[in-house]
Amino acid sequence: MSVITVDNISKRYIIDHKKGKGGTTLRDMLAENVKSLFGRKKETTDSGLEHEEFWALQDVSFSIQQGDRVGIVGHNGAGKSTLLKILSKIIEPTSGSVRIKGRVASLLEVGTGFHPELTGRENIFLNGSLLGMSRSEIKKQFDAIVDFAGVEKFLDTPVKRYSSGMYVRLGFAISAHLDPEIMIVDEVLAVGDAEFQKKSLGKMRDNSASGRTILFVSHNLTAVQALCNKALYFEKGRLLEDGETNQVIGNYLSKVSKTKLVRQWDTPEEAPGNDKVRIRRIELVPDMREGQTHIDVRTPMRVRFEFWNMMEQANLNLSLHLNSLTGECIFNVGTQSKSYSKGLLAGECEIPGYFLNDGSYTISVMIVKDTVTPLFNMEEGITFDIEDYREGIAWYGKWPGYVRPQFPFVMQSLEQGVPIK
Amino acid sequence: MKSEEVLIKPGRAERHYWRDLWRNRELLYILSMRDVSVRYKQTALGTAWGLIRPLTTMLIMVFVFSKIAKLPADPGVPYPLMVLAGITVWTFFSTSFTQISNSVTLNSNLVTKVYFPRLIMPMSSIAVSFIDFLVSLGLYIVIAIWYKFTPDWHILLLPAFILLALLASFAFGLFFAVVNVRFRDIAQLIPFIVQVGFYVCPIAYSSRLVADSQDWWAPIYWYNPMVGIIDGFRWALLGEQAYFNPQSLLTSIITIVLFLSFSLTFFRKRENTFVDDI
Repeated sequence: MSVITVDNISKRYIIDHKKGKGGTTLRDMLAENVKSLFGRKKETTDSGLEHEEFWALQDVSFSIQQGDRVGIVGHNGAGKSTLLKILSKIIEPTSGSVRIKGRVASLLEVGTGFHPELTGRENIFLNGSLLGMSRSEIKKQFDAIVDFAGVEKFLDTPVKRYSSGMYVRLGFAISAHLDPEIMIVDEVLAVGDAEFQKKSLGKMRDNSASGRTILFVSHNLTAVQALCNKALYFEKGRLLEDGETNQVIGNYLSKVSKTKLVRQWDTPEEAPGNDKVRIRRIELVPDMREGQTHIDVRTPMRVRFEFWNMMEQANLNLSLHLNSLTGECIFNVGTQSKSYSKGLLAGECEIPGYFLNDGSYTISVMIVKDTVTPLFNMEEGITFDIEDYREGIAWYGKWPGYVRPQFPFVMQSLEQGVPIK
Repeated sequence: MKSEEVLIKPGRAERHYWRDLWRNRELLYILSMRDVSVRYKQTALGTAWGLIRPLTTMLIMVFVFSKIAKLPADPGVPYPLMVLAGITVWTFFSTSFTQISNSVTLNSNLVTKVYFPRLIMPMSSIAVSFIDFLVSLGLYIVIAIWYKFTPDWHILLLPAFILLALLASFAFGLFFAVVNVRFRDIAQLIPFIVQVGFYVCPIAYSSRLVADSQDWWAPIYWYNPMVGIIDGFRWALLGEQAYFNPQSLLTSIITIVLFLSFSLTFFRKRENTFVDDI
């Protein structure tokens, strides 16, 4: 029996741009928005605002059978979260329709609505009823929730005094004790310590064993493989594949490796830059193993960078920033500053394998004059993903940390031949 | 739990909206209690603040308007009592109005993460101001006893005026709550409206002064829907001596009914897009 039928849904967002530098006045905004206050559609007006359409989802159709555990994979911005929000009735689609049979619980966040000033006990009731539990259900499950989260001693402490681990454990514990027919889960496993992740994944497996339908979005392909029997692969708002997990994930990974790791401009006229320097090429060259189709945590990489120097004689150096997708700088390295004459210059930086953790990263390169004056900063020159890789580890949680080094770390027995009692 | 089918389509108002709202009454209660219990957390004086505010406002107004400006009270009514009655109902209206206007934006973390009938947010934000109102009403009773002032049968109509004040704050607040989602200017505008309202409504003075006035603006005064509610509230507490023009009450009721239905329609029409705009 199909419990979720998604028929041709699309979701459009309209992004406002300011036209030119003049900016818009509040009056323009008011004049325009009063018009659209009651309507749904906004059209381009001459008020100085330019609307750009952005389709977060386009013509997506699929159906899910009862008891299916469906993993949803895809890059950031592929439309996964938009889909979950539509299924959760939080946003409405621009077109298309969805039919859902059964009671739905969606966990888009751990501890939704937790109020820092309220105690653990009060927050259990608050969060539980936000997730659709009745007071009597919460009361019935209360002890189990507290036990699962391991927060007995802190029940009457405001959650603002909780450690982040306790906070997350309590949040997950509440959602784990919901009793819906369909469960929609967004990346909740990406939080909490290793032991707790194992516990939560186990709990989700138990849930699915009891015939519950699960939709699960995760960047962690290992977890999707472990938990799901079906998978949906999204890219740029479109559903590219719908099928059995291993097959979909295999195709997803082979697509990922084809993402553009080279950007090149053939003539200085069209290249980004200014009258002093212009970028010619930026490239990420992964050193793949045999049979490897995508960059993972083991893969060493080189960043190659070429640019035209249009100044007669200048002391130049390059500075490379590697940023996480959220914009935090993971590291910054620079070359020596040297004098160069007019012409094409190149730089190359090596990033060893077993250094970066899995995730999405962007590289920006800055050209600096006399070690102090930035001439041009090529922001987000290359964006790439590093996939997870592990061997002989049965734990599927998100590996913590920005870096994933393999420092020498050994363990040995100090006594030999002592029998274990 | 019986399975039921949900259909999600663009622009489709929830078929079972009012039933959903009823089903979520526990959530309404819990969100109300959240606001109430958070209100005076980590304050040394706690709920005493609910007394301190109306009491100081009353004392200041007695000093400024009665002692300095020498505004007359209604005959037979002690000025402080008249003022306190006005402050009590006005504060209830204005805090409730302010809370409702900000209710959706303050709960934006919920709007983006979980579905429930959105009307629960403005509804739950009333609880805090209602409890403050009860405290303030208690203060009024104490002071009325002090002045040996006994109410008459009019007091039976008090709940009706409380309900009207509540509906008024809901009608106006709901509209601003929707607009606030898109334009945060509203958050700046509200305190200003409240401040102006304080002088435009008969709080520090009796509307008898306006009724006696021959000025050109005097007839316009009665179109303020709050005049009828505040005067009526006083009339219920203070009896026949307090000035009350039933005509102004009619204006209030008509305005509230019209605006409430407008605001509700507006809210229902826009609530599905809150998450895109917030």
